Amino acid sequence: MTVPVVLNVENLSVEITVPAGTLHAVSNLSLKVHQGETLCIVGESGCGKSITSLAIMNLLPSKAKLTADTMSLEGRDLLDIRESEFASLRGDRIGMIFQDPMTSLNPVFRIGEQLEEVYIQHGKGGRKEARERAEFLLEKVGIIAPAERLSQYPHQLSGGLRQRMMIAMTLMCDPAMIIADEPTTALDVTMQAQTLNLLRSLQKECNTGLVLITHDLGIVARMADRVMVMYAGRSVETGTAVEIFEKPTHPYTQGLINCIPVPGRTKPGSHLGSIRGIVPALVGDIEGCMFRNRCDHVSEECYSGEIGLNEISEGRAYRCLLSPEESLRNFKLKGAA
Amino acid sequence: MKDQISSSPEKLPPALECRDVGRTFMIKRGMFAQKQPLKAVQDINLKINRGDVLAIVGESGCGKTTLAQMLLGLLQPTNGEILLDGQPINSISIKEIATKVQPVFQDPYSSLNPRKTIEQIILLPLIVHKIGTVKDRRERVEKYMRLVGLPKRLVHSYPNQLSGGQRQRVAIARALIMEPKIVVCDEPTSALDVSVQAHILNLLQDLRTKLDLTYAFISHDLAVVEHLADSVAVMYLGRLIEFGKAADIFSNPQHPYTRALLDSVLTPDPSLGLPKITLGKGLPNPLSPPSGCYFHPRCPEATEECHQHTPVLKDTGERLVECHLH
Repeated sequence: MTVPVVLNVENLSVEITVPAGTLHAVSNLSLKVHQGETLCIVGESGCGKSITSLAIMNLLPSKAKLTADTMSLEGRDLLDIRESEFASLRGDRIGMIFQDPMTSLNPVFRIGEQLEEVYIQHGKGGRKEARERAEFLLEKVGIIAPAERLSQYPHQLSGGLRQRMMIAMTLMCDPAMIIADEPTTALDVTMQAQTLNLLRSLQKECNTGLVLITHDLGIVARMADRVMVMYAGRSVETGTAVEIFEKPTHPYTQGLINCIPVPGRTKPGSHLGSIRGIVPALVGDIEGCMFRNRCDHVSEECYSGEIGLNEISEGRAYRCLLSPEESLRNFKLKGAA
Repeated sequence: MKDQISSSPEKLPPALECRDVGRTFMIKRGMFAQKQPLKAVQDINLKINRGDVLAIVGESGCGKTTLAQMLLGLLQPTNGEILLDGQPINSISIKEIATKVQPVFQDPYSSLNPRKTIEQIILLPLIVHKIGTVKDRRERVEKYMRLVGLPKRLVHSYPNQLSGGQRQRVAIARALIMEPKIVVCDEPTSALDVSVQAHILNLLQDLRTKLDLTYAFISHDLAVVEHLADSVAVMYLGRLIEFGKAADIFSNPQHPYTRALLDSVLTPDPSLGLPKITLGKGLPNPLSPPSGCYFHPRCPEATEECHQHTPVLKDTGERLVECHLH
């Protein structure tokens, strides 16, 4: 591929020491994001999505221990640098959008001050240039009368507006990489589509790499270039959006796709597909497949050893002992004709 | 369908009926400011037939929850009246209402008392209503725990030992133990993961047929609504703007707002891009609502008439729509 890789992570593991032992929050996770590409990380709560994003941003809690073979941003090694150097990257080369715009903006500072701070802090220019850049970006994110908005406080804005402010703030220094952790979960459905549209058009325009973390399969299908499905701290399936939704290979991905009601596909009033059991505890050493207790196709071999990733083609892999053909034979789209 | 909307000489009154129901709160902004009226809910007319599922949809702040609280008898309407089984709700004591209507709330983490065991939580309504002996109550708790799919061993557990899905099952068991006819579900699955959501939706479906329940189902997830509901009420800024059979609303939405809501549903189909929705800014301030049609500042089809005159709710037999264009 000729498009340069912006973010490259290989074999990332995060362990957290808890009273009961060691919690393996993320295990041997690898991901690559190219310029202008959107990678969606999808999974349920507790699967390690957010810890992964915090690990990349070097914002993990002090109890957590990070190990990785490679972690680089625009070719720059992130494993070996000091926190002060990392601080100069955050907000400049790599930005983050959090789920809740109410709690991620400081309530006692005006919006303008918060946006300008990023720009000035990273030495991009003085207050005047910062103000111009902020106004320019606010217009970009579709805010009418940006100058007035800049002098307001976060509580004076609606949720949708606040999330746009967050997007504008992330773009202040024209980063190479944006990590968005559930950016629209706190918004209404009508605002959700608008915010996602905005995020996508700005991302394409600035050729930024985007990691979008979400639990909403609808967003994944509509936004992603590539998808990574996470379960119990591991990547269980990767592929393009089309591959994941049309030929899901891991039983967990198949289960997820059949769980959700889809207008036009699932019959109203019918039973939805479901995944039995609950997510396993991640404390201590666990052998075998993490999904085995919830899987319908479990066999003897699923209980021992490490289940590796089966690579089908470049960027397309799944973590299961079944062959892709077997696995696809098991899959029937719920409600499909 | 006709008799659901227009009045009919039927045998049994609808399970719940709202007649011109409104609720106004007096809000004070600032220390010396005059109190201002905030019309959270206005002129709601709707009926839920026995055994039906009515979904109430709309953005946050549209009055869904205020309406739900009135249906539960927790808030008195300032205008109009609510009829429960044909009887005005304000003529019934709150205790009696509780035997007929029960709620299931959104967040199973905050709606269960963390210091009570599961049994105590599910049991409490029976104690309040002085129903049965200690032994009867125990048996009833067991019965309902089985019904909602909670293992018996959890009887003496505390909510923090349970997963989100299990907690929501406890909330459902607590609602059902009074054997109500109507359950008001306020976003019952929006705090849950998708795989857990599927379990809870399947459970709600099963219980509905098993116990002959009527649901008022509040949600912002239209995919869930399409899956579950028989009729849909769309609310905007405290007003009912469209009401009809779910199948009709989903196949042929009339109000521009309903259409925008349906367009914003993201089905998991990677061949489709993101929908282009041009609703512009968010909800207007309900303290100073726009003139004319409340939706006109965001409506792509607004005309001069929409600026000036409030549309009336038109009853086309099959459907109620509040829009000048329809």
